[in-house]
Amino acid sequence: MKRVNAVVVGAGAAGGIVAKELSTAGLSVVLLERGKWYTANDCRKDDLRNQRTTLLGNAFGPEDEGNPRVVFDPKSGPRTFLPSEGGYQNNAACVGGGTLSYGAMAWRFMPQDFRMRSIYGAPQGSSLEDWPITYDDLEPFYDKAEYEIGISGDYSGSPFFGPRKRPLPMPPLAPNREFQILEPAAKRLGLNPFHIPMARNSVPYNGRGPCMRCRWCVGFACEADAKNGSQNTVIPTALATGNCELRTECMAKEILTDDRGRARGVAYYDADGHLQQQDSDIVIVSACAIESARLMLNSKSRLFPNGLGNQHDQVGRHLQGHHYTGAVGFFDFDTYDDVGPGASIAVADYNHGNPGLCGGGMLANEFIRLPIQMIERMPVNTPRWGLKHKQAMRNFYKRNIAVMGPTQPIPSADARVTLDPDVRDKWGMPVARISGNVHPHTFEIGVLQAQRSEAWLKEAGAVSTLLNAGKPTIVSSGQHQAGTCRMGNDPQGSVVNKACQVHDVDNIFVIDGSVHVTNGGFNPALTIMAIAYMASEELVRNWKGTGFKS
Amino acid sequence: MQSSRDGVPLTRRQFVAAGAMGGAALAVGCAGTKQGNWDFLNDPQARTLAAICDQIIPADDFPSASQAGVLTYIDRQLARHYRRHRNAYRDGLEQADAMSRKRFGQDLAALTVPQQLEMVSSIEKENSGFFNLVRSHTLEGYYGAPRHGGNRDAVSWKMLGMAEPPVRGRAQYDQRKSPAS
Repeated sequence: MKRVNAVVVGAGAAGGIVAKELSTAGLSVVLLERGKWYTANDCRKDDLRNQRTTLLGNAFGPEDEGNPRVVFDPKSGPRTFLPSEGGYQNNAACVGGGTLSYGAMAWRFMPQDFRMRSIYGAPQGSSLEDWPITYDDLEPFYDKAEYEIGISGDYSGSPFFGPRKRPLPMPPLAPNREFQILEPAAKRLGLNPFHIPMARNSVPYNGRGPCMRCRWCVGFACEADAKNGSQNTVIPTALATGNCELRTECMAKEILTDDRGRARGVAYYDADGHLQQQDSDIVIVSACAIESARLMLNSKSRLFPNGLGNQHDQVGRHLQGHHYTGAVGFFDFDTYDDVGPGASIAVADYNHGNPGLCGGGMLANEFIRLPIQMIERMPVNTPRWGLKHKQAMRNFYKRNIAVMGPTQPIPSADARVTLDPDVRDKWGMPVARISGNVHPHTFEIGVLQAQRSEAWLKEAGAVSTLLNAGKPTIVSSGQHQAGTCRMGNDPQGSVVNKACQVHDVDNIFVIDGSVHVTNGGFNPALTIMAIAYMASEELVRNWKGTGFKS
Repeated sequence: MQSSRDGVPLTRRQFVAAGAMGGAALAVGCAGTKQGNWDFLNDPQARTLAAICDQIIPADDFPSASQAGVLTYIDRQLARHYRRHRNAYRDGLEQADAMSRKRFGQDLAALTVPQQLEMVSSIEKENSGFFNLVRSHTLEGYYGAPRHGGNRDAVSWKMLGMAEPPVRGRAQYDQRKSPAS
């Protein structure tokens, strides 16, 4: 195969952006994606088989056959999980990655989120650190992501966010009923409610129409193509340059290195299961935190017996996602208006400045609940089955609001991805093994956030509430997974530098949520995108200067 | 036909519901008495399972689990995505009937409704793994998309007051079609 300048592994939130930035700068790019490219015809409204409710399988990968993972939960020991089982901690495997089917909240982190250790100090036993970059460094790239991907919403109701050059490119969608119920209640509590920023067209943008406000949103691909991910923005732009080739159903096996310890390409299995090799000047790993770490660890050689970037045993550590807590409020009037996407209003008053606590998180109302998502979410003391359960479904399906939020996780070096010693995938490669947990301080904050959700719902008129503040025994990463190839200035305590370049191999980059030092009290997608723009710009600058050609 | 299927007299409300369901309810009755209508279950297993499912979601002015096609849903999935649960169903249904014979001298499906309720409560306590599986699958079949064989005519969605068609502005998705894959 013809040698190219860059191989990008993974066509998700970050990989799509890297492919676009590099190919528009004139580099030749091969973009490898293990999943398929779905179209509007694949947007089946199946509430039992999508990317959020996966009872009958994942709609957007990976398939259950041949893609196991092992999770070591101290409660139950090691167990092999199928991709459609919750314990697997799946994101997605398709062109667009998680951004094809996400809820599309597109948050900026706050300036404090990049300086957690300086502000709070590291709780004992945690691996809390500052990022080597600041909010101000990232701001221009947040802006670029907001305008290129297309974000609607309005932060102006909240005084807690960092400075920004200009407003979001699109106004928020018109408020739904939950917004109208929750907004005055938040104001009465002295909070600052505002419109959630979303990667969703509220008006025509980028040549595509606005959201039609159906109830099939989070977990589904958008049949109106109004939800913005890499699959309908940057990847088509990359392909249009003529410099980028997208190869789907291609599973990376390992990054190949030469005898001087530099990357020379990627070995991968193609759609027919044949082993192929793509030579390149540089390699970019954008496979999402768990699989990026796995690929680095699986890339073993004489010079790198413990995998790439791993000479200080950092690859795979600090795995985090988000610990969600909140409450469901039950009302004596209809709260449901069948106007999607449902999630509409947030408060960011609780992200920082909580006395005695380290960080916090935003709270928002939940996306529209399909009936299947309601069956375990009943008022306290509702029987689990029988006539009373059926009647509760009828009474409360349209009379409940859920408020919840992602608590900023306090990372731990023990929460990690390693290679399982026994279990292999269908290609014969060792699979990811997930073990450990984030620091327990995270759960203290989670309880407080649930109580605050409850207070907000009660102020809005809830007659009863159901608190949701668990204490999981295993790290919860899933669709918000991050942290496994930490960014830092110290090569002994991190995997990549602030340009996302692996410390000990100058032509390998990890560009995705893996590099997040901390994961904010927000959905991480927009930050992943901003990092991808920032790292790509630096990469292109270096390419034009010294270059990476060996 | 309804009452002769499993020997259980229908309550007035169940009878009204079955009547309201018309052909759909009758089709369920027929499915239970004919050979070869199931992908995985046999008829005795189907009768036992129906008795359990109908305690999990009994009929009121809307149909019960089996009347809404939940057995079709479970049976179809046991031949597809839930193949891994086949042994659990085989053993669990056998145990349920064994428990029923021990306590009441008859299979579960032959008991009166109050006796069935008592038995299903016992199964929940004594064989909770199996019960939780059936409970989850029953709720999925009843409240999930009609395309998978349950929730016939989107009856649970109608019960909850959800507007049809479910996709605003587009009616291209026939919810009653079985999945292509």
